[in-house]
Amino acid sequence: MSTAAIDVSALTKRYARITALDAIDLVVGQGEFFGLLGPNGAGKTTLISIIAGLTRATSGRVRVMGHDVADDYRSARRSLGVVPQELVFDPFFTVREMLRIQSGYFGLTHNDAWIDEIMANLDLVGKAEANMRTLSGGMKRRVLVAQALVHRPPVIVLDEPTAGVDVELRRGLWHFIERLNRDGHTIVLTTHYLEEAQQMCSRIAMLKAGRIVALESTRDLLRRIGGIQVAIRLRGALPPKLRDQVIEEEPERVVLRLSHPRDVGAALQACRDFGSDVEDLEVGPADLEDVFLRVMSENPARSLA
Amino acid sequence: MIVPGASSSLPAPSMAEGASWIGFRTLLYKENLRFWKVSFQTIVAPVLTGVLYLLVFGHVLDARVQPFAGVRYSSFLVPGLVMMSILQNAFANSSSSLIQSKIMGNLVFLLLPPLSELQFFCAYVLASVLRGLAVGLGVFAVTVWFAPASFEAPIWIPVFAFAGAALMGVLGLIAGIVSDKFDQLAAFQNFIIVPATFLSGVFYSVHGLPAFWQAFSHANPFFYMIDGFRYGFFAQSDVSPWLSLLVVTLAVGVASAIALLMLRRGYKLRT
Repeated sequence: MSTAAIDVSALTKRYARITALDAIDLVVGQGEFFGLLGPNGAGKTTLISIIAGLTRATSGRVRVMGHDVADDYRSARRSLGVVPQELVFDPFFTVREMLRIQSGYFGLTHNDAWIDEIMANLDLVGKAEANMRTLSGGMKRRVLVAQALVHRPPVIVLDEPTAGVDVELRRGLWHFIERLNRDGHTIVLTTHYLEEAQQMCSRIAMLKAGRIVALESTRDLLRRIGGIQVAIRLRGALPPKLRDQVIEEEPERVVLRLSHPRDVGAALQACRDFGSDVEDLEVGPADLEDVFLRVMSENPARSLA
Repeated sequence: MIVPGASSSLPAPSMAEGASWIGFRTLLYKENLRFWKVSFQTIVAPVLTGVLYLLVFGHVLDARVQPFAGVRYSSFLVPGLVMMSILQNAFANSSSSLIQSKIMGNLVFLLLPPLSELQFFCAYVLASVLRGLAVGLGVFAVTVWFAPASFEAPIWIPVFAFAGAALMGVLGLIAGIVSDKFDQLAAFQNFIIVPATFLSGVFYSVHGLPAFWQAFSHANPFFYMIDGFRYGFFAQSDVSPWLSLLVVTLAVGVASAIALLMLRRGYKLRT
């Protein structure tokens, strides 16, 4: 079995009175496109910060490409590229200076060919000599992505990379990150845009109050927890026995969640038996947002103290 | 293909030959580039301040004060002003660079790469030394036109310039690590660094002070830096330059140990 890209075991982080992470176990395989989801304050950024060495764990271990982030921090950090959530920049330098300097911190000189390639892929070439101060928010975000890639890390962590980013950049960014993933880079992503996560991530972990409350492939998660969604246009009332399955209700249309396609027939029969006619019917898979909300509501918040 | 040679099992990039050296060199370069890009503020302005001190105090006191036998007050003042500029600017460099990075959040660019605490420490301190020396040379180059200089024991001049700047670079690093806000750093500067430099004998020989204030001055490590530095010019000083060197070296050692320990623990840098 090959070395895991990220291997987290029994990881706990406590701040004075708050447990931010509570005995987390998580393995991300090489080449995965992994999503880390959870509401604000669930511990996503704390987890990423510990993986990146920005925050120290209270207990437990984290390895990146087999290197312990504390004991062998040099190799671990060399294997990891992190795009931080905050839109940070150094106002003293131009984009190219920034990327050269960042390369140097990783022990790389003569990295210009690669820097040019990253800039071309992120559409930054026209801004290469511009001072960081003068760039728009979207451009600064691209530079952050470029900075995370200067040392060609096998593992790339993106902490909400598309927050506050326009549609065009978002599309370009995903295009590039998908290519990096196809080329063998492991991608770990946190985002509040669940549509993006559903589309991009092959596997998902959901965090709540410092604990992992769901961890499986996106497909299984959608099928197992989400089931299928059935939108029905009814003439008449909805039978009371279907009430529990309603996830959306408009005057003439209800959306039901059913756990299996074979339940569709029974639901329609129930409507007919109740004397309501089904005028229209749409069947589709559940979406991640629905799964997310279910997982979060099924795992009530514990006391954090 | 975006990543040449990439495969589904990418090996971690191997540690390049001399990677540590390159990391240190890059951080040193970045720190120097930072102050150089705003050199009007970081070099020219302190040089002007030094010259103003000389013009005002020299003009007023030249005819009235003779701190050392056969030495004009203005000539006595020049090394003091040069050293004061070196010390204050070395402190300002590491402390302001670090606090700016902390407040802007771009310190993360230094915390994510595989830089060791020693690389971090050496780069910040050396950049401070270079800025201090640049300002010191500037002050000297301008003030020497107003007061003739002598070099009676010149070897001590670079020794104390370097040691003093290093001490202040390290203290600046500590202040930058400890401070979370600009006003905390300003408190360090205004309540510790400025009084300690002003009360160290920049403008006077402590020999002329009452006994109590003489003893007080001798407890101030800044006094030894200025006294030793001045010895290089006049071969006259309040205490032996060897004693001054010993005090300054000890201070550098203690401050460095504290700074390195803070960096190793990630004190206020890594949560």
